[in-house]
Amino acid sequence: MEKKKNNKKIYMALGAVGRNLGLTLFGLFALFPLVWMVLCAFKSDAQMYNTVFRFTPTLDNFYAVLVRTDYFKAFFQNLVVAGGAVIITVIAGVPCAYALARYDFKKKEDVAFQILSFKFAPEIMVILPIFLIFQKIGLYDSYFGLIWVYQLITMPLLIWVVRGYFEDISVEVEQAAQLDGYAWYEVFLKTLLPLIKPGLVASGLLAFIFAWNSFTFPLILSGFKIQTITITALRYISSDTVHYGQVAVASTIAVLPEVIVALFIQKHLVRGLSFGAVKG
Amino acid sequence: MKETGKKYRSREVNYNEIPAYIRRRPYYIIAPGMLILIGILIPFITAIILSFTNYSFRLPQFKFVGLRNWTGMITSPEFWHALSVTLRYGFFATLTQMLLGMGVALLLKKDTKYSRILKVAFTFPLMVAPAIAVLIWQLMTSNTVGVLEKVLNIFGIYNFPWAASHETAMFTAVLIDTWVNTPFVLLLILAGIQSLPKSPFEAAAVDGAGAWFTFKTLTFPMLKPFMYIALLFRLMAALQEFGIIYALSKGGPGNTLMNISLTGYINGFTYQKLAGALPYLLVLWLIINKAAGFLVKRQRHLAKQAAGE
Repeated sequence: MEKKKNNKKIYMALGAVGRNLGLTLFGLFALFPLVWMVLCAFKSDAQMYNTVFRFTPTLDNFYAVLVRTDYFKAFFQNLVVAGGAVIITVIAGVPCAYALARYDFKKKEDVAFQILSFKFAPEIMVILPIFLIFQKIGLYDSYFGLIWVYQLITMPLLIWVVRGYFEDISVEVEQAAQLDGYAWYEVFLKTLLPLIKPGLVASGLLAFIFAWNSFTFPLILSGFKIQTITITALRYISSDTVHYGQVAVASTIAVLPEVIVALFIQKHLVRGLSFGAVKG
Repeated sequence: MKETGKKYRSREVNYNEIPAYIRRRPYYIIAPGMLILIGILIPFITAIILSFTNYSFRLPQFKFVGLRNWTGMITSPEFWHALSVTLRYGFFATLTQMLLGMGVALLLKKDTKYSRILKVAFTFPLMVAPAIAVLIWQLMTSNTVGVLEKVLNIFGIYNFPWAASHETAMFTAVLIDTWVNTPFVLLLILAGIQSLPKSPFEAAAVDGAGAWFTFKTLTFPMLKPFMYIALLFRLMAALQEFGIIYALSKGGPGNTLMNISLTGYINGFTYQKLAGALPYLLVLWLIINKAAGFLVKRQRHLAKQAAGE
Protein backbone atom coordinates (compact mmCIF):
# COMPACT_ATOMS: atom_id res chain seq x y z
CA MET A 1 0.00 0.00 0.00
CA GLU A 2 2.71 2.40 1.08
CA LYS A 3 4.72 1.57 -2.02
CA LYS A 4 1.81 2.25 -4.34
CA LYS A 5 1.34 5.70 -2.77
CA ASN A 6 5.00 6.47 -3.26
CA ASN A 7 4.85 5.40 -6.89
CA LYS A 8 1.92 7.72 -7.45
CA LYS A 9 3.86 10.61 -5.95
CA ILE A 10 6.78 9.94 -8.28
CA TYR A 11 4.47 9.81 -11.29
CA MET A 12 2.91 13.12 -10.29
CA ALA A 13 6.29 14.76 -9.94
CA LEU A 14 7.49 13.34 -13.26
CA GLY A 15 4.26 14.49 -14.89
CA ALA A 16 4.76 18.04 -13.64
CA VAL A 17 8.36 18.10 -14.89
CA GLY A 18 7.35 16.71 -18.28
CA ARG A 19 4.48 19.13 -18.59
CA ASN A 20 6.56 22.18 -17.78
CA LEU A 21 9.32 20.99 -20.07
CA GLY A 22 6.87 20.61 -22.95
CA LEU A 23 5.35 24.00 -22.28
CA THR A 24 8.76 25.64 -22.10
CA LEU A 25 9.81 24.10 -25.42
CA PHE A 26 6.68 25.33 -27.15
CA GLY A 27 7.02 28.67 -25.38
CA LEU A 28 10.50 28.98 -26.82
CA PHE A 29 9.20 28.24 -30.31
CA ALA A 30 6.31 30.70 -29.95
CA LEU A 31 8.09 33.57 -28.25
CA PHE A 32 11.77 33.45 -29.12
CA PRO A 33 11.31 34.76 -32.69
CA LEU A 34 9.68 37.86 -31.20
CA VAL A 35 12.48 38.29 -28.66
CA TRP A 36 15.07 37.86 -31.40
CA MET A 37 13.27 40.45 -33.53
CA VAL A 38 13.47 43.02 -30.74
CA LEU A 39 17.14 42.18 -30.11
CA CYS A 40 17.99 42.59 -33.79
CA ALA A 41 16.23 45.94 -33.84
CA PHE A 42 18.87 47.29 -31.44
CA LYS A 43 21.90 45.77 -33.18
CA SER A 44 24.12 47.85 -35.42
CA ASP A 45 24.82 46.60 -38.94
CA ALA A 46 28.36 45.67 -38.00
CA GLN A 47 27.48 43.73 -34.87
CA MET A 48 24.66 41.93 -36.64
CA TYR A 49 27.10 39.48 -38.19
CA ASN A 50 29.52 38.73 -35.37
CA THR A 51 27.42 38.80 -32.20
CA VAL A 52 24.53 36.75 -30.91
CA PHE A 53 23.26 37.97 -27.55
CA ARG A 54 26.00 40.30 -26.32
CA PHE A 55 26.19 43.56 -28.22
CA THR A 56 26.09 47.32 -27.71
CA PRO A 57 22.51 48.48 -28.30
CA THR A 58 21.97 51.33 -30.73
CA LEU A 59 19.00 53.30 -32.01
CA ASP A 60 20.48 53.74 -35.51
CA ASN A 61 18.00 51.30 -37.05
CA PHE A 62 15.02 53.13 -35.61
CA TYR A 63 16.41 56.40 -36.92
CA ALA A 64 16.98 54.89 -40.36
CA VAL A 65 13.48 53.44 -40.65
CA LEU A 66 11.39 56.13 -39.00
CA VAL A 67 13.15 59.27 -40.15
CA ARG A 68 14.87 58.45 -43.39
CA THR A 69 12.17 56.37 -45.09
CA ASP A 70 8.41 56.77 -45.41
CA TYR A 71 7.63 53.91 -43.03
CA PHE A 72 5.95 56.26 -40.61
CA LYS A 73 3.68 57.41 -43.42
CA ALA A 74 2.74 53.80 -44.16
CA PHE A 75 2.05 53.27 -40.46
CA PHE A 76 -0.29 56.24 -40.43
CA GLN A 77 -2.04 55.25 -43.66
CA ASN A 78 -2.50 51.71 -42.38
CA LEU A 79 -4.08 53.18 -39.29
CA VAL A 80 -6.50 55.23 -41.38
CA VAL A 81 -7.52 52.31 -43.59
CA ALA A 82 -7.89 49.72 -40.83
CA GLY A 83 -9.50 52.18 -38.40
CA GLY A 84 -11.88 53.51 -41.04
CA ALA A 85 -12.86 49.97 -41.99
CA VAL A 86 -13.69 49.10 -38.37
CA ILE A 87 -15.74 52.29 -37.88
CA ILE A 88 -17.87 51.57 -40.97
CA THR A 89 -18.23 47.95 -39.89
CA VAL A 90 -19.46 48.91 -36.42
CA ILE A 91 -21.98 51.42 -37.78
CA ALA A 92 -23.45 49.08 -40.39
CA GLY A 93 -22.71 45.74 -38.75
CA VAL A 94 -24.06 46.11 -35.21
CA PRO A 95 -27.67 46.68 -36.38
CA CYS A 96 -27.20 43.72 -38.70
CA ALA A 97 -26.06 41.55 -35.82
CA TYR A 98 -29.00 42.73 -33.73
CA ALA A 99 -31.52 41.87 -36.45
CA LEU A 100 -29.96 38.44 -36.94
CA ALA A 101 -30.08 37.76 -33.21
CA ARG A 102 -33.54 39.04 -32.35
CA TYR A 103 -35.87 39.09 -35.33
CA ASP A 104 -37.30 36.08 -37.08
CA PHE A 105 -37.48 36.82 -40.74
CA LYS A 106 -37.50 34.83 -43.93
CA LYS A 107 -34.10 33.66 -45.17
CA LYS A 108 -32.46 34.73 -41.91
CA GLU A 109 -30.09 31.79 -41.67
CA ASP A 110 -29.29 32.06 -45.38
CA VAL A 111 -28.29 35.68 -44.91
CA ALA A 112 -26.17 34.79 -41.90
CA PHE A 113 -24.34 32.05 -43.80
CA GLN A 114 -23.87 34.23 -46.83
CA ILE A 115 -22.09 36.70 -44.57
CA LEU A 116 -19.92 33.94 -43.12
CA SER A 117 -19.05 32.59 -46.55
CA PHE A 118 -17.20 35.82 -47.35
CA LYS A 119 -14.70 34.72 -44.75
CA PHE A 120 -14.01 31.54 -46.70
CA ALA A 121 -13.88 33.00 -50.21
CA PRO A 122 -10.32 32.95 -51.61
CA GLU A 123 -9.06 36.50 -51.31
CA ILE A 124 -7.28 36.46 -54.65
CA MET A 125 -10.44 35.41 -56.47
CA VAL A 126 -12.44 38.23 -54.95
CA ILE A 127 -9.75 40.79 -55.53
CA LEU A 128 -8.95 40.26 -59.23
CA PRO A 129 -12.35 41.39 -60.54
CA ILE A 130 -12.52 44.15 -57.92
CA PHE A 131 -9.20 45.41 -59.25
CA LEU A 132 -10.73 45.71 -62.74
CA ILE A 133 -13.83 47.47 -61.49
CA PHE A 134 -11.88 49.82 -59.20
CA GLN A 135 -9.62 50.87 -62.04
CA LYS A 136 -12.66 51.67 -64.18
CA ILE A 137 -14.49 53.68 -61.53
CA GLY A 138 -11.39 55.32 -60.08
CA LEU A 139 -11.32 53.67 -56.69
CA TYR A 140 -7.94 52.05 -57.25
CA ASP A 141 -5.36 53.28 -54.75
CA SER A 142 -7.89 55.28 -52.74
CA TYR A 143 -8.84 55.25 -49.06
CA PHE A 144 -12.50 54.76 -49.89
CA GLY A 145 -11.85 51.73 -52.08
CA LEU A 146 -9.60 50.02 -49.57
CA ILE A 147 -11.91 50.69 -46.64
CA TRP A 148 -14.78 49.26 -48.64
CA VAL A 149 -12.94 46.09 -49.56
CA TYR A 150 -11.68 45.68 -45.99
CA GLN A 151 -15.33 45.21 -45.02
CA LEU A 152 -14.88 41.68 -46.32
CA ILE A 153 -12.46 41.08 -43.47
CA THR A 154 -14.06 43.07 -40.68
CA MET A 155 -17.82 42.82 -41.25
CA PRO A 156 -18.37 39.01 -41.12
CA LEU A 157 -16.26 38.81 -37.97
CA LEU A 158 -18.09 41.60 -36.20
CA ILE A 159 -21.60 40.51 -37.22
CA TRP A 160 -21.13 36.90 -36.15
CA VAL A 161 -19.45 37.67 -32.85
CA VAL A 162 -21.74 40.51 -31.81
CA ARG A 163 -24.79 38.47 -32.80
CA GLY A 164 -23.75 35.95 -30.15
CA TYR A 165 -23.47 38.67 -27.51
CA PHE A 166 -26.96 39.92 -28.35
CA GLU A 167 -28.32 36.39 -28.06
CA ASP A 168 -26.81 36.15 -24.59
CA ILE A 169 -29.00 38.99 -23.34
CA SER A 170 -32.38 37.71 -22.27
CA VAL A 171 -35.44 39.02 -24.07
CA GLU A 172 -36.92 40.06 -20.73
CA VAL A 173 -34.46 42.94 -20.53
CA GLU A 174 -35.83 44.32 -23.76
CA GLN A 175 -39.43 43.72 -22.74
CA ALA A 176 -38.90 45.56 -19.49
CA ALA A 177 -37.47 48.53 -21.35
CA GLN A 178 -40.37 48.46 -23.77
CA LEU A 179 -42.83 48.47 -20.89
CA ASP A 180 -41.10 51.54 -19.55
CA GLY A 181 -42.12 53.26 -22.74
CA TYR A 182 -38.88 53.20 -24.72
CA ALA A 183 -39.16 53.13 -28.51
CA TRP A 184 -37.37 50.24 -30.23
CA TYR A 185 -34.30 52.31 -31.09
CA GLU A 186 -34.14 53.62 -27.52
CA VAL A 187 -34.23 50.05 -26.24
CA PHE A 188 -31.32 49.32 -28.54
CA LEU A 189 -29.24 52.37 -27.67
CA LYS A 190 -29.96 52.71 -23.96
CA THR A 191 -30.24 49.14 -22.68
CA LEU A 192 -28.67 46.72 -25.14
CA LEU A 193 -25.64 48.64 -26.35
CA PRO A 194 -24.23 49.21 -22.85
CA LEU A 195 -24.67 45.49 -22.13
CA ILE A 196 -22.73 44.28 -25.17
CA LYS A 197 -20.11 47.03 -24.98
CA PRO A 198 -17.20 44.88 -23.73
CA GLY A 199 -17.85 42.28 -26.41
CA LEU A 200 -18.30 44.92 -29.07
CA VAL A 201 -15.07 46.67 -28.19
CA ALA A 202 -13.16 43.39 -28.17
CA SER A 203 -14.48 42.21 -31.52
CA GLY A 204 -13.94 45.66 -32.99
CA LEU A 205 -10.31 45.54 -31.89
CA LEU A 206 -9.87 42.03 -33.26
CA ALA A 207 -11.38 43.14 -36.56
CA PHE A 208 -8.89 46.02 -36.48
CA ILE A 209 -6.01 43.58 -36.09
CA PHE A 210 -7.20 41.48 -39.03
CA ALA A 211 -7.59 44.58 -41.17
CA TRP A 212 -4.20 45.88 -40.05
CA ASN A 213 -2.64 42.55 -41.05
CA SER A 214 -4.26 42.29 -44.46
CA PHE A 215 -1.72 41.64 -47.16
CA THR A 216 -3.49 40.52 -50.32
CA PHE A 217 -5.91 43.43 -50.60
CA PRO A 218 -3.42 46.29 -50.32
CA LEU A 219 -0.90 44.39 -52.46
CA ILE A 220 -3.29 44.51 -55.40
CA LEU A 221 -5.49 47.51 -54.70
CA SER A 222 -3.00 50.12 -53.53
CA GLY A 223 -0.28 51.74 -55.53
CA PHE A 224 2.04 54.65 -54.85
CA LYS A 225 -0.43 56.86 -53.06
CA ILE A 226 -1.50 54.57 -50.26
CA GLN A 227 0.92 52.20 -48.63
CA THR A 228 0.24 49.82 -45.81
CA ILE A 229 2.70 48.43 -43.33
CA THR A 230 2.60 44.84 -44.58
CA ILE A 231 3.50 45.84 -48.12
CA THR A 232 6.06 48.49 -47.20
CA ALA A 233 7.86 46.26 -44.71
CA LEU A 234 8.63 43.70 -47.42
CA ARG A 235 10.74 46.29 -49.24
CA TYR A 236 13.34 46.07 -46.49
CA ILE A 237 14.07 42.45 -47.32
CA SER A 238 13.88 42.55 -51.10
CA SER A 239 16.53 45.19 -51.68
CA ASP A 240 19.98 43.98 -52.72
CA THR A 241 21.81 44.92 -49.55
CA VAL A 242 19.56 43.75 -46.77
CA HIS A 243 19.80 45.77 -43.58
CA TYR A 244 18.53 43.19 -41.13
CA GLY A 245 18.38 45.73 -38.32
CA GLN A 246 15.90 47.78 -40.33
CA VAL A 247 13.87 44.67 -41.12
CA ALA A 248 13.70 44.04 -37.38
CA VAL A 249 12.60 47.61 -36.64
CA ALA A 250 9.95 47.51 -39.35
CA SER A 251 8.57 44.23 -37.96
CA THR A 252 8.68 45.45 -34.37
CA ILE A 253 6.70 48.55 -35.22
CA ALA A 254 4.13 46.48 -37.12
CA VAL A 255 3.72 43.94 -34.32
CA LEU A 256 3.85 46.16 -31.23
CA PRO A 257 0.36 47.73 -31.44
CA GLU A 258 -1.15 44.30 -32.02
CA VAL A 259 0.49 42.69 -29.01
CA ILE A 260 -0.73 45.54 -26.82
CA VAL A 261 -4.27 45.21 -28.18
CA ALA A 262 -4.14 41.44 -27.66
CA LEU A 263 -3.43 41.97 -23.98
CA PHE A 264 -6.59 44.02 -23.59
CA ILE A 265 -8.97 41.59 -25.30
CA GLN A 266 -7.74 38.31 -23.78
CA LYS A 267 -11.12 37.49 -22.27
CA HIS A 268 -12.94 37.78 -25.58
CA LEU A 269 -10.22 36.43 -27.84
CA VAL A 270 -11.39 32.85 -28.31
CA ARG A 271 -14.92 33.93 -28.99
CA GLY A 272 -13.80 36.49 -31.53
CA LEU A 273 -11.34 34.24 -33.29
CA SER A 274 -13.91 31.49 -33.73
CA PHE A 275 -16.58 33.92 -34.97
CA GLY A 276 -18.65 33.24 -31.87
CA ALA A 277 -18.67 29.46 -32.39
CA VAL A 278 -16.73 28.80 -29.18
CA LYS A 279 -17.74 30.85 -26.16
CA GLY A 280 -14.45 30.59 -24.33
CA MET B 1 -31.13 32.23 -24.16
CA LYS B 2 -32.05 31.82 -27.79
CA GLU B 3 -34.67 29.25 -26.87
CA THR B 4 -36.55 31.60 -24.57
CA GLY B 5 -36.57 34.19 -27.32
CA LYS B 6 -38.13 31.73 -29.75
CA LYS B 7 -40.82 30.70 -27.28
CA TYR B 8 -41.72 34.29 -26.61
CA ARG B 9 -42.11 34.97 -30.29
CA SER B 10 -44.22 31.95 -31.10
CA ARG B 11 -46.61 32.76 -28.30
CA GLU B 12 -46.99 36.46 -28.85
CA VAL B 13 -46.42 37.03 -32.51
CA ASN B 14 -48.61 35.96 -35.35
CA TYR B 15 -47.02 37.12 -38.57
CA ASN B 16 -50.32 37.95 -40.25
CA GLU B 17 -51.37 40.28 -37.49
CA ILE B 18 -48.38 42.55 -37.28
CA PRO B 19 -48.38 45.49 -39.69
CA ALA B 20 -46.13 45.29 -42.72
CA TYR B 21 -43.93 48.19 -41.64
CA ILE B 22 -42.90 46.29 -38.54
CA ARG B 23 -42.50 43.03 -40.43
CA ARG B 24 -40.11 44.76 -42.82
CA ARG B 25 -38.10 46.36 -40.06
CA PRO B 26 -35.38 43.66 -39.85
CA TYR B 27 -34.73 44.06 -43.56
CA TYR B 28 -34.26 47.81 -43.16
CA ILE B 29 -31.90 47.21 -40.28
CA ILE B 30 -29.67 44.81 -42.15
CA ALA B 31 -29.85 46.76 -45.41
CA PRO B 32 -26.77 49.01 -44.95
CA GLY B 33 -24.55 46.11 -44.04
CA MET B 34 -25.87 44.00 -46.88
CA LEU B 35 -25.39 46.79 -49.42
CA ILE B 36 -21.75 47.12 -48.45
CA LEU B 37 -21.14 43.39 -48.74
CA ILE B 38 -23.22 42.77 -51.85
CA GLY B 39 -21.30 45.50 -53.67
CA ILE B 40 -18.50 43.03 -53.33
CA LEU B 41 -20.55 40.11 -54.68
CA ILE B 42 -20.69 41.76 -58.08
CA PRO B 43 -17.03 40.99 -58.72
CA PHE B 44 -17.74 37.34 -58.09
CA ILE B 45 -20.28 37.24 -60.88
CA THR B 46 -17.92 39.26 -63.06
CA ALA B 47 -15.28 36.61 -62.43
CA ILE B 48 -17.50 33.81 -63.70
CA ILE B 49 -18.45 35.75 -66.84
CA LEU B 50 -14.91 36.88 -67.61
CA SER B 51 -13.61 33.33 -67.29
CA PHE B 52 -15.37 32.62 -70.62
CA THR B 53 -13.70 35.54 -72.42
CA ASN B 54 -10.19 36.42 -73.53
CA TYR B 55 -10.01 39.47 -71.26
CA SER B 56 -6.55 40.88 -70.63
CA PHE B 57 -5.19 44.20 -69.43
CA ARG B 58 -3.28 44.48 -72.68
CA LEU B 59 -6.20 44.15 -75.08
CA PRO B 60 -8.62 47.04 -75.49
CA GLN B 61 -11.49 44.72 -76.46
CA PHE B 62 -12.51 41.27 -75.37
CA LYS B 63 -14.77 38.61 -76.81
CA PHE B 64 -16.27 35.36 -75.63
CA VAL B 65 -14.15 32.33 -76.28
CA GLY B 66 -16.37 29.66 -74.78
CA LEU B 67 -14.69 27.03 -72.67
CA ARG B 68 -11.16 27.69 -73.99
CA ASN B 69 -9.79 28.99 -70.66
CA TRP B 70 -11.25 26.06 -68.80
CA THR B 71 -9.97 23.37 -71.14
CA GLY B 72 -6.65 25.19 -71.29
CA MET B 73 -6.38 24.98 -67.54
CA ILE B 74 -7.28 21.30 -67.25
CA THR B 75 -4.80 20.28 -69.95
CA SER B 76 -1.92 22.31 -68.51
CA PRO B 77 0.51 20.56 -66.14
CA GLU B 78 0.81 23.89 -64.32
CA PHE B 79 -2.71 23.48 -62.97
CA TRP B 80 -2.17 19.96 -61.66
CA HIS B 81 1.06 21.03 -60.03
CA ALA B 82 -0.70 23.99 -58.38
CA LEU B 83 -3.49 21.73 -57.19
CA SER B 84 -1.01 19.31 -55.68
CA VAL B 85 0.90 22.11 -53.91
CA THR B 86 -2.37 23.53 -52.58
CA LEU B 87 -3.49 20.19 -51.18
CA ARG B 88 -0.09 19.28 -49.75
CA TYR B 89 0.36 22.67 -48.10
CA GLY B 90 -3.17 22.51 -46.70
CA PHE B 91 -2.62 18.99 -45.39
CA PHE B 92 0.79 19.49 -43.78
CA ALA B 93 0.09 22.92 -42.29
CA THR B 94 -3.29 21.93 -40.86
CA LEU B 95 -2.13 18.57 -39.54
CA THR B 96 0.94 20.03 -37.81
CA GLN B 97 -1.06 22.82 -36.22
CA MET B 98 -3.85 20.53 -35.07
CA LEU B 99 -1.51 18.01 -33.46
CA LEU B 100 0.74 20.60 -31.87
CA GLY B 101 -2.19 22.74 -30.72
CA MET B 102 -3.98 19.75 -29.23
CA GLY B 103 -0.84 18.58 -27.44
CA VAL B 104 0.01 21.93 -25.93
CA ALA B 105 -3.62 22.55 -24.96
CA LEU B 106 -3.57 19.31 -22.96
CA LEU B 107 -0.35 20.44 -21.29
CA LEU B 108 -1.97 23.76 -20.39
CA LYS B 109 -5.01 22.03 -18.91
CA LYS B 110 -3.66 22.08 -15.38
CA ASP B 111 -4.21 25.57 -13.99
CA THR B 112 -0.89 26.80 -12.63
CA LYS B 113 0.60 30.28 -12.54
CA TYR B 114 3.07 29.31 -15.26
CA SER B 115 0.34 28.02 -17.56
CA ARG B 116 -1.76 31.14 -17.05
CA ILE B 117 1.12 33.41 -18.07
CA LEU B 118 1.97 31.22 -21.05
CA LYS B 119 -1.63 31.19 -22.22
CA VAL B 120 -1.51 34.96 -22.60
CA ALA B 121 1.95 34.95 -24.16
CA PHE B 122 0.98 32.31 -26.72
CA THR B 123 -1.54 34.70 -28.25
CA PHE B 124 1.20 37.05 -29.44
CA PRO B 125 2.30 35.19 -32.61
CA LEU B 126 -1.36 34.90 -33.58
CA MET B 127 -1.54 38.67 -33.93
CA VAL B 128 1.36 38.86 -36.36
CA ALA B 129 0.54 39.48 -40.04
CA PRO B 130 1.69 36.68 -42.38
CA ALA B 131 4.02 38.99 -44.28
CA ILE B 132 5.57 40.28 -41.06
CA ALA B 133 5.88 36.71 -39.74
CA VAL B 134 7.99 35.93 -42.80
CA LEU B 135 10.25 38.90 -42.04
CA ILE B 136 10.64 37.75 -38.43
CA TRP B 137 11.61 34.27 -39.61
CA GLN B 138 14.06 35.71 -42.11
CA LEU B 139 15.83 37.20 -39.10
CA MET B 140 15.83 33.76 -37.48
CA THR B 141 16.86 31.68 -40.48
CA SER B 142 19.27 33.97 -42.31
CA ASN B 143 22.57 32.18 -42.88
CA THR B 144 24.54 35.28 -41.93
CA VAL B 145 22.70 36.88 -39.03
CA GLY B 146 20.17 34.23 -38.02
CA VAL B 147 20.32 32.55 -34.64
CA LEU B 148 19.07 29.23 -36.01
CA GLU B 149 22.13 28.95 -38.25
CA LYS B 150 24.29 29.25 -35.16
CA VAL B 151 22.26 26.60 -33.36
CA LEU B 152 22.48 24.24 -36.34
CA ASN B 153 26.25 24.83 -36.53
CA ILE B 154 26.54 23.17 -33.12
CA PHE B 155 25.07 20.02 -34.68
CA GLY B 156 27.43 20.27 -37.65
CA ILE B 157 24.87 21.55 -40.15
CA TYR B 158 26.04 24.53 -42.16
CA ASN B 159 24.06 26.80 -44.51
CA PHE B 160 20.71 25.07 -44.12
CA PRO B 161 18.90 26.28 -47.27
CA TRP B 162 15.41 27.01 -45.81
CA ALA B 163 13.26 28.70 -48.47
CA ALA B 164 16.00 28.69 -51.10
CA SER B 165 15.94 24.99 -51.85
CA HIS B 166 13.43 22.81 -53.59
CA GLU B 167 13.47 20.27 -50.74
CA THR B 168 13.05 22.57 -47.74
CA ALA B 169 10.88 25.41 -49.10
CA MET B 170 7.59 23.70 -48.23
CA PHE B 171 8.94 22.87 -44.77
CA THR B 172 9.92 26.50 -44.19
CA ALA B 173 6.54 27.86 -45.29
CA VAL B 174 4.68 25.34 -43.13
CA LEU B 175 6.97 26.19 -40.20
CA ILE B 176 6.09 29.88 -40.42
CA ASP B 177 2.40 29.11 -40.84
CA THR B 178 2.62 26.83 -37.81
CA TRP B 179 4.33 29.50 -35.75
CA VAL B 180 1.56 32.01 -36.47
CA ASN B 181 -1.47 29.76 -36.30
CA THR B 182 -0.87 26.97 -33.77
CA PRO B 183 -2.02 29.28 -30.93
CA PHE B 184 -5.38 29.54 -32.69
CA VAL B 185 -5.94 25.78 -32.50
CA LEU B 186 -4.50 25.79 -29.01
CA LEU B 187 -6.87 28.46 -27.69
CA LEU B 188 -9.95 26.88 -29.22
CA ILE B 189 -9.21 23.42 -27.84
CA LEU B 190 -8.27 24.85 -24.47
CA ALA B 191 -11.62 26.64 -24.33
CA GLY B 192 -13.20 23.29 -25.15
CA ILE B 193 -11.29 21.56 -22.35
CA GLN B 194 -12.36 24.18 -19.85
CA SER B 195 -16.01 23.77 -20.82
CA LEU B 196 -16.02 20.00 -20.23
CA PRO B 197 -18.50 18.81 -17.60
CA LYS B 198 -16.95 17.47 -14.39
CA SER B 199 -19.22 14.55 -13.53
CA PRO B 200 -18.27 11.99 -16.26
CA PHE B 201 -14.61 12.42 -15.32
CA GLU B 202 -15.32 11.99 -11.63
CA ALA B 203 -17.30 8.86 -12.41
CA ALA B 204 -14.43 7.53 -14.50
CA ALA B 205 -11.97 8.26 -11.69
CA VAL B 206 -14.17 6.45 -9.19
CA ASP B 207 -14.30 3.44 -11.49
CA GLY B 208 -10.51 3.52 -11.63
CA ALA B 209 -10.19 4.30 -15.35
CA GLY B 210 -6.64 4.93 -16.57
CA ALA B 211 -5.49 8.24 -18.04
CA TRP B 212 -5.33 6.94 -21.62
CA PHE B 213 -8.72 5.25 -21.37
CA THR B 214 -10.31 8.44 -20.04
CA PHE B 215 -8.76 10.46 -22.84
CA LYS B 216 -9.83 8.01 -25.53
CA THR B 217 -13.40 7.52 -24.42
CA LEU B 218 -14.26 10.82 -22.75
CA THR B 219 -11.96 13.77 -23.44
CA PHE B 220 -11.33 13.21 -27.14
CA PRO B 221 -14.95 12.61 -28.25
CA MET B 222 -16.15 15.56 -26.20
CA LEU B 223 -13.51 17.84 -27.71
CA LYS B 224 -14.32 16.82 -31.26
CA PRO B 225 -16.77 19.68 -31.98
CA PHE B 226 -14.09 22.19 -30.95
CA MET B 227 -11.48 20.45 -33.07
CA TYR B 228 -13.78 20.61 -36.08
CA ILE B 229 -14.14 24.37 -35.68
CA ALA B 230 -10.37 24.76 -35.46
CA LEU B 231 -9.92 22.44 -38.44
CA LEU B 232 -12.49 24.35 -40.47
CA PHE B 233 -10.84 27.72 -39.95
CA ARG B 234 -7.29 26.46 -40.41
CA LEU B 235 -7.88 24.27 -43.45
CA MET B 236 -9.85 26.94 -45.29
CA ALA B 237 -7.07 29.45 -44.69
CA ALA B 238 -4.24 27.04 -45.51
CA LEU B 239 -5.79 25.99 -48.83
CA GLN B 240 -5.79 29.59 -50.04
CA GLU B 241 -2.59 30.73 -48.32
CA PHE B 242 -1.08 33.62 -50.22
CA GLY B 243 0.65 36.06 -47.88
CA ILE B 244 3.23 33.74 -46.35
CA ILE B 245 4.24 32.07 -49.62
CA TYR B 246 4.34 35.32 -51.57
CA ALA B 247 6.42 37.11 -48.96
CA LEU B 248 8.71 34.11 -48.52
CA SER B 249 9.64 33.24 -52.09
CA LYS B 250 6.90 34.38 -54.48
CA GLY B 251 6.16 30.71 -55.08
CA GLY B 252 9.76 29.74 -55.72
CA PRO B 253 12.32 28.35 -55.97
CA GLY B 254 11.13 27.55 -59.48
CA ASN B 255 7.52 26.57 -59.04
CA THR B 256 7.96 24.62 -55.80
CA LEU B 257 5.42 26.60 -53.80
CA MET B 258 3.12 27.75 -56.60
CA ASN B 259 -0.28 26.91 -55.15
CA ILE B 260 -3.51 27.88 -56.89
CA SER B 261 -3.69 31.32 -55.25
CA LEU B 262 -0.18 32.21 -56.39
CA THR B 263 -0.58 30.73 -59.86
CA GLY B 264 -3.76 32.74 -60.29
CA TYR B 265 -2.03 35.92 -59.13
CA ILE B 266 1.05 35.44 -61.33
CA ASN B 267 -1.01 34.56 -64.41
CA GLY B 268 -3.47 37.38 -63.85
CA PHE B 269 -1.07 40.17 -62.90
CA THR B 270 2.47 39.36 -63.91
CA TYR B 271 1.57 37.71 -67.24
CA GLN B 272 -1.61 39.79 -67.56
CA LYS B 273 -3.74 36.86 -68.69
CA LEU B 274 -6.59 37.65 -66.38
CA ALA B 275 -9.26 35.56 -68.09
CA GLY B 276 -6.92 32.58 -68.08
CA ALA B 277 -6.29 32.96 -64.34
CA LEU B 278 -9.92 33.10 -63.29
CA PRO B 279 -10.78 29.39 -63.78
CA TYR B 280 -7.95 28.52 -61.37
CA LEU B 281 -9.42 30.72 -58.69
CA LEU B 282 -12.96 29.54 -59.30
CA VAL B 283 -11.80 25.95 -58.85
CA LEU B 284 -10.10 26.97 -55.60
CA TRP B 285 -13.28 28.64 -54.47
CA LEU B 286 -15.24 25.48 -55.27
CA ILE B 287 -12.84 23.26 -53.32
CA ILE B 288 -12.92 25.55 -50.29
CA ASN B 289 -16.68 25.93 -50.38
CA LYS B 290 -17.27 22.17 -50.59
CA ALA B 291 -14.76 21.43 -47.83
CA ALA B 292 -16.26 24.13 -45.59
CA GLY B 293 -19.79 22.86 -46.19
CA PHE B 294 -18.74 19.32 -45.29
CA LEU B 295 -16.93 20.37 -42.12
CA VAL B 296 -19.76 22.62 -40.93
CA LYS B 297 -22.22 19.74 -41.35
CA ARG B 298 -19.98 17.31 -39.44
CA GLN B 299 -19.39 19.86 -36.71
CA ARG B 300 -23.09 20.45 -36.13
CA HIS B 301 -23.73 16.72 -36.03
CA LEU B 302 -20.97 16.22 -33.47
CA ALA B 303 -22.03 19.19 -31.35
CA LYS B 304 -25.53 17.74 -31.17
CA GLN B 305 -24.12 14.33 -30.27
CA ALA B 306 -21.96 15.86 -27.54
CA ALA B 307 -25.00 17.65 -26.16
CA GLY B 308 -26.61 14.24 -25.81
CA GLU B 309 -29.26 14.42 -28.53
